[in-house]
Amino acid sequence: MSETSQSHAPAKISTYLLMIVLIVLALSVVALIFSFSAFVEGNEIVAGYLLLIGFISMGLAGYVLFQSRKRAASMKIEAPKVMTTIECKKCNFKSIREFQRGDFVFKDLDPCKKCDDKMIITGIYKEVKEKEKTYSF
Amino acid sequence: MCIAGFAGQRARVPPDPIPNSEVKPRSVPNCSVVFGHVNLGKLAAYFTLKFVGENWLSFITESYSFLWSDDKLSFVPGSDAISQIISIIFYGVFIVFIFYGQRIQMYVMIREVEGSLYKLKYIKEEGRKITIETIKEIGKPQTDPSARVDRYLEYFTISPQSMDPAGIVYKLDHILDVRDTRLKDEVKIMAPAGNEVQVNNLENTLEAAMALNFIYKIIRHFYIQGKKTLSLYIIMQLQMILPLVMKEAEAYASALKAFAYGQPIGDGAGPLVAAKLMHGYETRKLPKDCIVATVPIEGRTAFIIKAEGPGGNVGKPGDAVKAVVQENKGKIASVIMIDAGLKLEGETVGEVAEGVGAAIGGPGVDQFKIEDAVVKYHIPINAVIVKEDIGDAVSPMRKEIADSADKVIDRVKNVILERTKEGDNIIIVGVGNTIGIGQ
Repeated sequence: MSETSQSHAPAKISTYLLMIVLIVLALSVVALIFSFSAFVEGNEIVAGYLLLIGFISMGLAGYVLFQSRKRAASMKIEAPKVMTTIECKKCNFKSIREFQRGDFVFKDLDPCKKCDDKMIITGIYKEVKEKEKTYSF
Repeated sequence: MCIAGFAGQRARVPPDPIPNSEVKPRSVPNCSVVFGHVNLGKLAAYFTLKFVGENWLSFITESYSFLWSDDKLSFVPGSDAISQIISIIFYGVFIVFIFYGQRIQMYVMIREVEGSLYKLKYIKEEGRKITIETIKEIGKPQTDPSARVDRYLEYFTISPQSMDPAGIVYKLDHILDVRDTRLKDEVKIMAPAGNEVQVNNLENTLEAAMALNFIYKIIRHFYIQGKKTLSLYIIMQLQMILPLVMKEAEAYASALKAFAYGQPIGDGAGPLVAAKLMHGYETRKLPKDCIVATVPIEGRTAFIIKAEGPGGNVGKPGDAVKAVVQENKGKIASVIMIDAGLKLEGETVGEVAEGVGAAIGGPGVDQFKIEDAVVKYHIPINAVIVKEDIGDAVSPMRKEIADSADKVIDRVKNVILERTKEGDNIIIVGVGNTIGIGQ
């Protein structure tokens, strides 16, 4: 069944945010160049500070960009996997398959492979495997 | 080590060892960077860097030299260029935050609301797309249903006037009936090839899309209003309720596909229990869109009521209960209602709880009718609920909820044994949307 597929939103990042990130990136590159020049000049402490500022701002810009992309990509409607339980009331034969369009609870299906009695759908559900935070109270 | 910029510093500074400033060292011993020193003009020559920052640093040194001149106390702490720049930046940020803190906070909130609004817009458009695709797929319309769907996304219902509340329930009931009939007729026109079950499912899909459209428009309204008026309080209120709104919107988004495919949803816990109790017994129709089966349970005669499935339908349990009570001339020992109930955070999904009263949601019309009927004949009314949150209620039924049906049946049997006698008549109502649940 194709319903497990996910529809994705276009991973669009706001122009305003992108502009800020690019400016910060450019400034961090300038800081790194200054740092190198200061080091060549022998001003090691200035070089150190500029290096630190350069790396921190570059890291921050990268992080913001990464987070925005992640948020844009996470914009989707998830269709969960839904399962259908089929049972034979006579011989208790049970099988589970993916939901198919037209399935409903207590729908009569084809005869049982074991006893030839009619099989019915006894359950339609989704299984959620989520890690819920546990609280001590 | 030189410590710069504090009052009383000058008294401890040793006399100038080299009177001629032209031959002074570029830096003072033990003082690594001379820029910004309180006695800069006296002790050291200016910084002469060869790279691009040179002029800028010199400019700062010159422009702000009054701060560290001999006859003035220093204002900017720090013994070197960088720490002084950082101090100035800090002061700048501090001053900006004093005057513009609230505005900055508001812009941060606006950005947050904007992000959620983008998501809501996406969800709303997906809802519309899924609805149109499903109508095309199932209904096989001759013309494109998009325009009609768009028209129905804007559909509204005006609640009755409540200045004189007497009789308002029946007015509301009438308006809801008109709305329901109109919507169903429209869906039939949009999807002429759909059968009764599919039309009901499409109607539910359209309603979910309408709910998403409404949520998006309300949030957008307050967002624009907040931006226009630059009112922190409008934006703040919006930002505070946003997590709950988003949760509900996401729930409706996941309900869309469930309705489109006809999958049982969490709200169907009541009809599922009723269906399990009545399966294999003959059913007959009741007003409106409900069915009843007469089932012997523990020596009693139980009238099991649920909405007619497997199409998306909640029926009108109020009318159904009233009809059965009247058929039996009020000789009913107990009414037991089974419904999905909203859980509180920390409670488990699928937990079963028991109580008294009419367990039914919605606009209140059916609750009123049921209460009216049981009060008239002094019939005890009991309730069993399956706990779940709003997201679970409108999305495909979770396994925990499906599994709780047997626990609910046990609880119902307990109530019957404890609260009624053998030979009594009882009514058991499975309340909720019966989509994907037959009988």
